[in-house]
Amino acid sequence: MSKDMKELPGTPVSGKELKSDKIITFEWRPNAKYAWSAGIAYGRYLDELKEGRIIGRRCSRCKRIIVPPRMFCEQCFVATDEWVYCKDTGTVNTFSLSYLDADANRIKEPILVAVIDIDGASPGVGILHLLGNVDPKKIDVGMKVKAVWKPPEEREGAVTDILYWEPMED
Amino acid sequence: MNIRKRVAVIGAGITLYRRRLKESGKELSFYAANMALESAGMSRNEIDSVVMGTAPDAFDGIHMKSENLLDGAGATQKPYTHVYVGGGTGVFAPIGGWWHIASGMHDTCLVVCEEKMSPCFPHPQTAFRSIWDPIISRPLNPNLVWIFALEMHRYMKVHGIPKEHIAQVAVKNKGNALDHPSAQLAAKITVDDVLNSEIMVYPVNRLDISPPSDGAAALILASEDVARKYTDAPVWLDGVGWSLDSAYWTNRDLYFPQYVAKAAKMAYKMAKINDPPQEVSFAEPYDPFTYKELHHMEGLLLAEKGQAPKLTVEGVTARDGDLPICPSGGLLGVGNPIAAAGLMKCCEAFWQLRDEAGKRQVPKAETGVCQAWGDLMQVGTVCVFKRDS
Ligand SMILES: [Zn+2]
Repeated sequence: MSKDMKELPGTPVSGKELKSDKIITFEWRPNAKYAWSAGIAYGRYLDELKEGRIIGRRCSRCKRIIVPPRMFCEQCFVATDEWVYCKDTGTVNTFSLSYLDADANRIKEPILVAVIDIDGASPGVGILHLLGNVDPKKIDVGMKVKAVWKPPEEREGAVTDILYWEPMED
Repeated sequence: MNIRKRVAVIGAGITLYRRRLKESGKELSFYAANMALESAGMSRNEIDSVVMGTAPDAFDGIHMKSENLLDGAGATQKPYTHVYVGGGTGVFAPIGGWWHIASGMHDTCLVVCEEKMSPCFPHPQTAFRSIWDPIISRPLNPNLVWIFALEMHRYMKVHGIPKEHIAQVAVKNKGNALDHPSAQLAAKITVDDVLNSEIMVYPVNRLDISPPSDGAAALILASEDVARKYTDAPVWLDGVGWSLDSAYWTNRDLYFPQYVAKAAKMAYKMAKINDPPQEVSFAEPYDPFTYKELHHMEGLLLAEKGQAPKLTVEGVTARDGDLPICPSGGLLGVGNPIAAAGLMKCCEAFWQLRDEAGKRQVPKAETGVCQAWGDLMQVGTVCVFKRDS
């Protein structure tokens, strides 16, 4: 752009115009479905969640205990070699309050989102999950939390078998 | 390192950036590419190869969309490569072009970046749902803004940074964009406007976020000997670097972007920059969110950890400050057609280093650094540009 450039190519249109008959558009909605194998590591992780337990993997080279578990250590690039049970308690590493749902629609009551460092895993090893049963104003980084599980008969082997994490009584 | 040829930038082009443009992706690619060719005084048959950068196919709803865009990018019957690292793509595409020329394989390479986010409705955010791990993340119904809010909050908490300091980035960049002819969201606003704007995902307010956009940009790269035939004022792409961190993002501390620092060190070493804050005259770090500019200044080693907000509040990063940051107006002001947003930054470096930036001109611009970022907060792409001397 030389500094004398005045007009740039491009014709702005509004959302309304785009859907009006002034502009020709074509619509299509894919009808595709997917079924993913959870894999070896996540498969066991989900089986254990169904039992109300959190399991990680240990790398004997760097000694890390990692959650979510994987069959290899991405840092040492060797196979991990041991299953290790962790606790269903942890510490809030960071959190946010979402006034947007997954499709960016506005919502009134915020979803309480956090990264929770898991007790029994290596320091700084956390998972993405939700907080609940807490006043949003009282959440803070460093807060100790405990998993609130679905009743056993309702669990299905999914990360949502934990409903949310709530503050621990001290 | 065995670099066969020094790489020059000799042309640049850009379209308007808007929420929706009537032109198709091919047409936008053509307009940007053609403007770049004209500015270099070249025609398509003088181009040896083409690199296309374009981000998630899901926005356009055209799978393998680089093939769809090929003709508009001037690549018909040429060696053509599509590079893609999410939001990092716009600064990765010129790195892809650099490979072709630095290796000695080609003498000229046209780099084009295009994005149309508008075809996906009601909101392009929906397309982002498919980037999450289907087993451990998607069942939680995440919104992509979550991860940025989590990263921002971690950064604020570790350093004790007040939100007012971060909001200053939106004020600066939207203000700078008033002088950019492509700009979608140029505005004169205040810190209070940012703080009082709607909370999207705390601590992210509406004015902390760049918009979805349509647009395209292009650069022409050439080897040193060939560049001299076309121009007396080539701009040198003297350093490139890129790095990706683990996708297990909940297992790393988000307060500092290690991968950006790795990419920056790689690029600085190549460009023989030993003291970045002293030797860099201006930078265009990736700013899809206000805090990202600050986070990336630190990753680019232009500020000590936790110090970028202070520099911003003190005016150091203003266009007339000691270290201008995002003189273009950035993604917050010019807009965020993902891949094209990153390449817009490289276009800005080209214009700045040729004294062609008009009202946006940074005085004594000798060295500019551009950076982009993306995927699951894991990619850093860096280019170092220098004025011809
Ligand atoms: Zn290891």
